[in-house]
Amino acid sequence: MAELQLREAIRAAMVEEMDRDENIFLMGEEVAEYNGAYKVSEGMRDRFGDQRVIDTPISENGFAGLGLGAAMNGLRPIIEFMTWNFAFVAIDQIVNNAAKIRYMSGGQFSFPIVFRGPNGAAGQLAATHNTSVESLYSCFPGLKVISVSNPDDAKGLLKSAIRDNDPVVFLESEFMYGMRGQVSEAEDYIIPIGKARIAREGDAVTIIGHNKSYWRALEAAEMLEADGYAAEVIDPRTIRPFDWDTVIASVKKTNRCVVVDESNPFASVSSEIAFQIQARAFDYLDAPVHRITAKDTPAPYAKNLMEYYLPSAEDVYRACRAVMYLD
Amino acid sequence: MSLKAQEVATQNGQPDASYDTIEAKLTFRHYPGDRFSHESLGLSVEEVGDIYRNMLLQRRFEERSAQMYGRQKIGGFLHLYIGQEAISTGSAYAIKPGLDSAITAYRDHGLALALGMTSNECMAELFGRVDGCSKGKGGSMHFFSKEKGMFGGHGIVGAHIPVAAGIAFAHMYKSDGGVCICYLGDGAVWQGSFHETLNLASLYGLPVVYVIENNQYAMGTAVDRATAETDLFKQCVSYAMPGSLVDGMDVFSVCQAMRDHVDMAREGQPSLVEIRTYRYRGHSMSDPGKYRTKEELEAKKNEDPILRLKSYIIQENLMSNEALDVLDMEVKAEVAASVTFADESPFPPLEDIYDHVYTQEDFPFLT
Repeated sequence: MAELQLREAIRAAMVEEMDRDENIFLMGEEVAEYNGAYKVSEGMRDRFGDQRVIDTPISENGFAGLGLGAAMNGLRPIIEFMTWNFAFVAIDQIVNNAAKIRYMSGGQFSFPIVFRGPNGAAGQLAATHNTSVESLYSCFPGLKVISVSNPDDAKGLLKSAIRDNDPVVFLESEFMYGMRGQVSEAEDYIIPIGKARIAREGDAVTIIGHNKSYWRALEAAEMLEADGYAAEVIDPRTIRPFDWDTVIASVKKTNRCVVVDESNPFASVSSEIAFQIQARAFDYLDAPVHRITAKDTPAPYAKNLMEYYLPSAEDVYRACRAVMYLD
Repeated sequence: MSLKAQEVATQNGQPDASYDTIEAKLTFRHYPGDRFSHESLGLSVEEVGDIYRNMLLQRRFEERSAQMYGRQKIGGFLHLYIGQEAISTGSAYAIKPGLDSAITAYRDHGLALALGMTSNECMAELFGRVDGCSKGKGGSMHFFSKEKGMFGGHGIVGAHIPVAAGIAFAHMYKSDGGVCICYLGDGAVWQGSFHETLNLASLYGLPVVYVIENNQYAMGTAVDRATAETDLFKQCVSYAMPGSLVDGMDVFSVCQAMRDHVDMAREGQPSLVEIRTYRYRGHSMSDPGKYRTKEELEAKKNEDPILRLKSYIIQENLMSNEALDVLDMEVKAEVAASVTFADESPFPPLEDIYDHVYTQEDFPFLT
């Protein structure tokens, strides 16, 4: 194992895959000469040259679509969005072209492409710079959606995403780029898409959280431990396709579930998880599924309001106690 | 053409009327009708016959499609290309089949047939059958053939323009010598994707030709009602690329222009071509065409690119009337056979609905 920052783990995955396959290239704003807005691609232009690490003008719709055409014609692009908030101007390329052209061509064309960048809250940036997009992109058949919470998963899953022959939306986090963690040094370290990780075993309640929300779930589990209860924490890691088997088996064991999700609540990832649990494990539930999401508002600027807007460990802890009927 | 404005004496308190560093670095060309011949293009008599046959095939195919639409054999929208056939055929004779790529918007039947896709697979797609070129998943607006370098058939106006740049990018990246031709309508010029992409194409030196098929109307909106600068080819100035204006009712003008622009693309110079044409039918089958006069339509029918080529063939004694009649019969028979083929092809089985969403065979769909 090696200790890497999240940004270093993402870079390591890209570098290893680009070493392995010359059809892979990285394109986006500030990825080359500037070495990455968040230094994710630092040094990659020096290593691979201008032909494979390519700066773009501020034209997300243009370069997202360019990536798709390149994928249709035999290449394997990695398209970096400086943040997923900026990908809204490219959303037609992602939800129409990436997700649907294969289908409309009767399977003649495939799209081995990764769209990656940081997702969700990034501080006091106000409403347009703090959107969580995982529930949105998971609505579209044809896309795969991965959201990572730590450097090890980031490396293993990004390598899988780059090798996958379908379009992948890969969600990172500005807040977590500097976060350090142990990363496998196994040669060709691959984590399969669509497999959840049970981060902590327990029998009192199942807490599900991805990306930053995973850490709120873990903190809440530690608070519950102090109360004498063992929570099971699951990081789904892939949102589409979702690993229902792991979640349902856990809920059948704990009989209670809290979902932590940084999306706004309406039709969010948590909505679908709650629906699937009631459909597949109704008789096992001892309480309604609870969820902690961002507030049903745009993200605010003021520090206190922003803290209130996001899911907190305390919120998750209270929700767990509620489904356990402790209070 | 010089961009340099006329010099005037500079006075204090007045801006200069010119900016010295703007020089005419760009190439503008005009390809009017009746300027080129099969001889000037180096086309054999047999090739002229093939060009005529291909344009006629598109015309007859779409006339039958309209009939089949009326009989409810075809669903959804049906946008006919009738009147614009010189563009698809003329440019098909400017590219290298098997190497070059083409992509267009939703008015795509003509290009598909020009690239060598069969009447059978095209008609079966309109009928929504398994033997259709997109296996009944795409319909009229979404014809694809990887084998023929046909990258679609795209239904969202302007959305395929960046995709074309990517197809060209891959040709460049792989150094395979291929170029991509991207067709778009006059209405697509005012999508942001057009401007973002022309800049990217020029910046990266992509082997791509952008062809505006200016048929004068974006659905029901005349060009001058949507466009401040109605010479659409002049958009090339902002993206530092060559531009041309072409008479789209003369297949030889189209062919020469496209050969020149494809050559530029092969040398890494992207460019913009505006081809002026006219669609004789409505935007789609439901369009009564009240935004234009009958007189305008009739006048434009005198420029019909197929009749024009037919007169040329007769005037130049390239083929006899009898030979042209035989050709006409062959085309009619081919189209009639495609209708039979489409009608006999099965509907896709219901379980096919999950096919072709992903390359992954065992994707766990929610059911």
